Amino acid sequence: MSKRKAKEAHLPIGECIDQVHLILRKRFCHQQLPDKLEGVEAQHKHLVELLKRTAVHGESNSVLIVGPRGAGKTTLLRSVLRELSEVTEVQKNLLQVHLNGLLQTDDRIALKEITRQLHLENVVGDRVFGSFAENLAFLLDALKKGDRSSSRPVLFVLDEFDLFAHHKNQTLLYNLFDVSQSAQAPVAVVGLTCRLDVLELLEKRVKSRFSHRQIHLLSSLTFPQYVARVQTQLSLPDDFPDGKFVREWNAAVATLCEDKSVEDVLRRHFNSSKDFRSLLMLLMLCLSRVSVAKPVITPADFLDASRSCLADAQANMLHGLSILELCLIIAMKHLNDVYEGEPFNLQMVHNEFKKFLQRKSNSMYNFEQPVIMKAFEHLQQLELIQPADSSSAKTQREYQLMRLMLDHSQIMEALQKYPQCPTDLKQWATSAFA
Amino acid sequence: MAGLLDQPGYDEESLRRVSEQLPCRELQAGMLLSLMGQPQQYCYPSLFIYGHRSSGKSHVVNVLMKELELPHTTVSCVECISAALLFEQVLLSFFGCDAAAQLPRSPSISDFVRIYRQQSSQFPAKQTRFIVMEKAELLRDADANLLPALLRLQELVDDNVTVVLLSEIVWDKFRPNTGCFEPLLLHFPDYSKGELQQILSKDCHPSYSAEFYSSYINILLGVFYTVCRDLRELRHLAALNFSKFCEPVAAGKAKETETHKLWKNIEPHLKKAMQTVYLREVSSLQWEQMEEHEAGALRGLSAHTHVELPYYSKFLLIAAYLASYNPARTDKRFFLKHHGKIKKTNFLKKNEKTSNHLLGPKPFPLDRLLAIFYSVVDSRVAPTASIFSQISSLVTLQLLTLVSHDDQLDTPKYKCAVSLDFISAISRTVNFDIVKYLYDFL
Repeated sequence: MSKRKAKEAHLPIGECIDQVHLILRKRFCHQQLPDKLEGVEAQHKHLVELLKRTAVHGESNSVLIVGPRGAGKTTLLRSVLRELSEVTEVQKNLLQVHLNGLLQTDDRIALKEITRQLHLENVVGDRVFGSFAENLAFLLDALKKGDRSSSRPVLFVLDEFDLFAHHKNQTLLYNLFDVSQSAQAPVAVVGLTCRLDVLELLEKRVKSRFSHRQIHLLSSLTFPQYVARVQTQLSLPDDFPDGKFVREWNAAVATLCEDKSVEDVLRRHFNSSKDFRSLLMLLMLCLSRVSVAKPVITPADFLDASRSCLADAQANMLHGLSILELCLIIAMKHLNDVYEGEPFNLQMVHNEFKKFLQRKSNSMYNFEQPVIMKAFEHLQQLELIQPADSSSAKTQREYQLMRLMLDHSQIMEALQKYPQCPTDLKQWATSAFA
Repeated sequence: MAGLLDQPGYDEESLRRVSEQLPCRELQAGMLLSLMGQPQQYCYPSLFIYGHRSSGKSHVVNVLMKELELPHTTVSCVECISAALLFEQVLLSFFGCDAAAQLPRSPSISDFVRIYRQQSSQFPAKQTRFIVMEKAELLRDADANLLPALLRLQELVDDNVTVVLLSEIVWDKFRPNTGCFEPLLLHFPDYSKGELQQILSKDCHPSYSAEFYSSYINILLGVFYTVCRDLRELRHLAALNFSKFCEPVAAGKAKETETHKLWKNIEPHLKKAMQTVYLREVSSLQWEQMEEHEAGALRGLSAHTHVELPYYSKFLLIAAYLASYNPARTDKRFFLKHHGKIKKTNFLKKNEKTSNHLLGPKPFPLDRLLAIFYSVVDSRVAPTASIFSQISSLVTLQLLTLVSHDDQLDTPKYKCAVSLDFISAISRTVNFDIVKYLYDFL
């Protein structure tokens, strides 16, 4: 089919929407690699150069990529590796070992994983043989035997690098950095971490072997750039089957990004964090509302999505409490006010509650102690109150000291929003001395 | 109502069945469904659903998974006491027993991810796979890496998999201190009173009319709604007390429409139910049997507080109680015959106005316990080994608690862990008036 004909083809609207979901969901959820990275060109170039030197010239290197969560560390690395894989020499030469601090929780597991990924000769099928010491000796031997000119370079990628620093004696890090220091097989160690103080975690001997090369990925995004990114994230690519639909969709996205209320929403998000992943979450929520009946994203979607993103979860939970539980929380709030945040126990709360009942002289809330205890325990299960000290088994339940995990304004707001809140409760909550 | 859920890619018939099974939860189910998207599309890596107990979290998710026949596995974190069980169950339900058998004896999360990747490269996901974790708050107590790894499982195994976490506790209390992949938060709000009434009225008794049952539910909610909003508990109470409610109708004393008469009949009964069956003082079976007798005549669990103790143990416990709830400087006044003059004004210090029974028991050393014991017990008692062993056996009975663990032999400190009712009953058996010796009741 010629290109022109393909452009003319009109798909039914249902299929178009399916395609939109397919493409955008892959982009938002699966973190599909974009064609071009924005804003990190310098870092990208630096890393490419460095890895190329290892892969082509056999130079050993170590580098740390540091940045907050969702700043695009993995994306940067993946795009660099994609670029390198286009160079045939690198593709033939470079061996890659990917480790993750979350998975390889100690050095023994990490070592097995390395052996497995390098397909060394003590691996049969997928199994690795030998004890930890044997494995380590074997691996080091294999790495030491090599030299700059003849052996293939190895790239070690250590995701969640800070977790590797918590291993015993940091054996793995020491050995990797040691190999990269001495003239043995060429290795490049790339660590990805979100901790700025990661070097303080390293032992002295490990630190001295590290090259102290760091690539910082700190977002320097301005708000217009942020909005532009939203637009590129939402736009459809040109190779979409239905040309007309793409044009309409992209035009709709462009007008959407200029909308005043959308801009307000985005600014609020931008001010709370420049983290890109939280933006993707927002967009994902907007996208989920797109259907055949409503084939565009409207500003109202953005408002709804941002409302559910920024909702106070604690307030949501307070909304579902029973009146008795709410009474207890108000009593705790008064105790906190009077005794300046000292921990309290059930007896004191009950006493405070009784004072309220006496003053009101209506018996509507006159519950027995066990019923109140049940409500109190429910609050504890929801972790709205937490024990002040950890010795839970030793004291009787009614005398266990607790702390309230809510602040004043949250309680007052919850009372305002509570459905059919009795007026005397509201008055009790506002009056300073009950 | 059936048209509320529509999502392309799913069978319409099964969607209709889903919405029938989820009364008052169409909105949440629709939102969840639209987030899940079509089965072959990617879903967000992790969803976190929170809401109160019995607000239909598991029910909605399970019904969706079952009716739409999505590949899923439901794991309760209560059952999975070790991560190995979790891994095994996930592999078993996604890839069959062969995959689960490949796990080594004590698998690490690395093994799990490796086997998962291997299997999913052989059998790639045609549809999104879901791992539903119930009671997810227990994941926090598990290995520190487990929760962050589960949250980004999609990235780690590179498969179309979504982890759904269900919990009663808000996400803020889950976040590890170095941060993690943030899940998509979804709130299931509590049922309103109207919705509760609507749901509870559904399981109506076949031999009575629907209006009759719903008026019963109305009365039930009127009594219990201020205390309890737990649907399961309310449903249980409704089922238990319904036979009492229809009694006048069955006996011919009232007609179904005479609501006021019926209300007068049931209301005291329900109030009693709150003090007994709601607190599990009386078991449901006993409650049903009590219909013939007077409700509440049976002694509940907590009424059985009377414990037979040896004579000296009783006095030791009394002495411990006095030592716990009286300040040490008042001992002279209570227990010495010829104490000097103590001025009343001096005696009642102002800052000790708050009652000790409000603050709870205070720890006391062994010496003080023995001193009070010798003073309250009339006869001369030798400090034999049996006295000391009785003290330590009171500790094992949890009537006393040992406070400081550092010195077991040398001056241990104790606290008394019994209530005032209990100690008064004990002291009555030995003809000791304990109230006279308590500082709070002066």
